[in-house]
Amino acid sequence: MIVRVQDIPFDAGLELNGFAKGRPDVGAIVTFSGLVRDVPGGLQGMEIEHYPGMTAKAIEAIAAEAQQRWSLADVLVIHRYGVLEPTDPIMMVATASKHRADAFAAADFLMDYLKSRAPFWKKETTGDGADWVAAKDEDEAALDRWS
Amino acid sequence: MDVLYFAWVRERIGLPKERVETSATTVNDLVAELIAREERYAAAFADTSALRVAIDQELTDFDAPLAGAREVAFFPPMTGG
Repeated sequence: MIVRVQDIPFDAGLELNGFAKGRPDVGAIVTFSGLVRDVPGGLQGMEIEHYPGMTAKAIEAIAAEAQQRWSLADVLVIHRYGVLEPTDPIMMVATASKHRADAFAAADFLMDYLKSRAPFWKKETTGDGADWVAAKDEDEAALDRWS
Repeated sequence: MDVLYFAWVRERIGLPKERVETSATTVNDLVAELIAREERYAAAFADTSALRVAIDQELTDFDAPLAGAREVAFFPPMTGG
């Protein structure tokens, strides 16, 4: 399991190429990348706050849960905090497994849980000022899929 | 114990962290003590259903006991990913 919480940018392609490398038991890798997307009014920037003492532990617990539920060769989670610009990568998840079904399901699970259970908070700045992104009810409801 | 605030909770209260001496037995009791202090706490804790709480860096509920807690954190629902 690789979990990185960092303020510096990362290269998703480079990370993918190095992930689960040299593992002949791995037949499938699924990745998801989350990017800073534009919003109505024009996004000038995004700031991501996190809870330093808790963040890595919370992500590791979510990744460990994924490893229990599915047969995974490895899991990678990278999540940024700090000041980001439109189009910047925010985070990525990668899962490696023997067959694709486990890797797809685990990546989907990881994203649902990272969205609502990893202690990050996004603040968007537009021409109208800066405001915290509100959590969506549908994101919370998405967790029910896995219970 | 240390009490931490994040995102708009931090902004409303006006600080990220403080040391609180309390005999509160649950998170709800601690919230009631904080609300009684000053208006900025009352503003931040007006609707606890819109907030989340962690004790010693583990998510928990507002009726959770505080016995042995070293660190309590209050924040809005998380928006990771």
